[in-house]
Amino acid sequence: MESLWLSMKLATCVAAILLVVGMPVAYWLAYSTWRWKFLLESIVALPLVLPPTVLGFYTLVAIGPRGPLGKLWIALFGHGLAFTFGGLILASVLYSFPFAVQPLIVSFEGVDRRLLDASAVLGSGGLRTFWRVILPLSLPGVVTAAVLSFAHTLGEFGVVLMVGGNLAGITRTVSIDIYDRVQSLEYGAANRMALVLLVISFAVLSFVYAVNRRVWTPWAAK
Amino acid sequence: MGGEVNATMLIARIRKERRGAGASPFVLDVSIEVPPGITILFGASGAGKSTLLDCVAGLARPHEGQITSGGDVLFDSAARVNVPTPKRRIAYVFQTLALFPHLSVEQNVAYGLKDLPETEKRERVQAILKAFRVDKLRNQKPGEISGGERQRIALARSLVTEPRVLLLDEPLTGLDAELKASIVDDLRAWNAAKGIPILYVTHTRDEVDALGERVIALDNGRVVSAGAPMEVLNAPRRKKLAQAAGFENLLKATVLDLREADGVMRVRLGDSACEIEVPLGYAAAGSRVQVAIRAGDILLATDRPRGLSARNVIEGRILSLEQRGTMVVARVDCGVTFIVYITPGAVRTLKLSAGRPVWLVLKTHSCHLVD
Repeated sequence: MESLWLSMKLATCVAAILLVVGMPVAYWLAYSTWRWKFLLESIVALPLVLPPTVLGFYTLVAIGPRGPLGKLWIALFGHGLAFTFGGLILASVLYSFPFAVQPLIVSFEGVDRRLLDASAVLGSGGLRTFWRVILPLSLPGVVTAAVLSFAHTLGEFGVVLMVGGNLAGITRTVSIDIYDRVQSLEYGAANRMALVLLVISFAVLSFVYAVNRRVWTPWAAK
Repeated sequence: MGGEVNATMLIARIRKERRGAGASPFVLDVSIEVPPGITILFGASGAGKSTLLDCVAGLARPHEGQITSGGDVLFDSAARVNVPTPKRRIAYVFQTLALFPHLSVEQNVAYGLKDLPETEKRERVQAILKAFRVDKLRNQKPGEISGGERQRIALARSLVTEPRVLLLDEPLTGLDAELKASIVDDLRAWNAAKGIPILYVTHTRDEVDALGERVIALDNGRVVSAGAPMEVLNAPRRKKLAQAAGFENLLKATVLDLREADGVMRVRLGDSACEIEVPLGYAAAGSRVQVAIRAGDILLATDRPRGLSARNVIEGRILSLEQRGTMVVARVDCGVTFIVYITPGAVRTLKLSAGRPVWLVLKTHSCHLVD
């Protein structure tokens, strides 16, 4: 079950990074009136339509010892990024980016503009308005973003294989482990891991849908 | 008097164009002065009232103009000054109130007091909640309280920040008259001590009568009239304003002859044979004018009345009667169709019904000329 533990660790890291990175991006995409904004929206959505192998390939090229990112990394830390856990995190962040950013955009856009105006009129700048009004009112979207990027990372295969390879304990995630077991005809072990993934995925999606039905919205009127 | 009044006066000269996707471009082009006390901004919807308030609050940016409050420049297109909204210290209560749904009443009211120490914050919130009689609701969420209470809390939230100007965009819409009056009394009591300019937007005539010290009438992006409520609203110069001000009857007429000595002139309504006497206006015989008459200013009789001072008694026939709230709207055909408001009691006593012949009685000075 080492691979499952590794996948969990990877998914948690990726979800946490995506929340931090995704929020300013989503904020900008939700409120900017820049006319070329659609170009950035397209870039953000790109991982949704690209084959994971394409994304993985370019990431690998970028972080390889001759790629710009790889060179920088080697200069900073003395070792390469390809086929490491760090490289895996980077590739997964890119791959799951739209799964974090889209729900955030939707929920930011759903906040009544007059509430933002009210906050400004009452003396609050953009940052305070974000923390005190936008974020609390977007909580279902934040939860959705975190959970979806976690679940999506947990289930990724192609990108991991391209960027991380298959090193036990370092880059062998559960989905690759399942593939390995099937290749070596260990159907019992493959089934156990697949079942765990299936149950986790179902639980996660149920949670997201429940949150978005506002089953537990804390400020709803009685 | 001058110095002190000017010390807090809001002065705005604003030009803002809006080229929407819609049909006609809209231009707001106004120059207003708002002294301390309540000034009503009156006009039909689409006249530019909310755009004007948004410009003053800094939520919309004028293309050209200058906005000053008590001598401080908030916006000046020529000098490239545009103080951002959070720094303007202008309170603004929106039509939707925009209370934060996830915060308690107390947290909502304290929202604008971020820089104060905790104890002082609590004291000020308590004081203003008391002044607006909602201190019992402190821990409730906006979704749990009534409309009137929400309106009081929105006012309290704005005023607790000690703003230098208060903008109110139809904040009391949907409240009954009594509740409205009680909230306005609380607002007046609060402002008696503070003396800030309050710009109060409305499109209903009742509110003007109940509140107004001064009225600025806006139509299609321009100030068409400003002054005391009676002057502004009883002499409507524009058709839309006339309708908004409650002149339900707006009739085309031709001037027949002028009687300068009596201060009146006779006009014929539309293409009908119906002639009435109206106050003398700047019009020559034969010219076309419009006459505005409030539905509530017309008397209705079932027999030809005699011995009246009213100069206009017109014969007609009831087309329809329609109950609307606590009053009945009668449509009466006299060659032109008049709309007359009567009480349900009068309908019963006079046994009115559609088709019944009636006489309408109009005082000369209930007939207003519209340019």
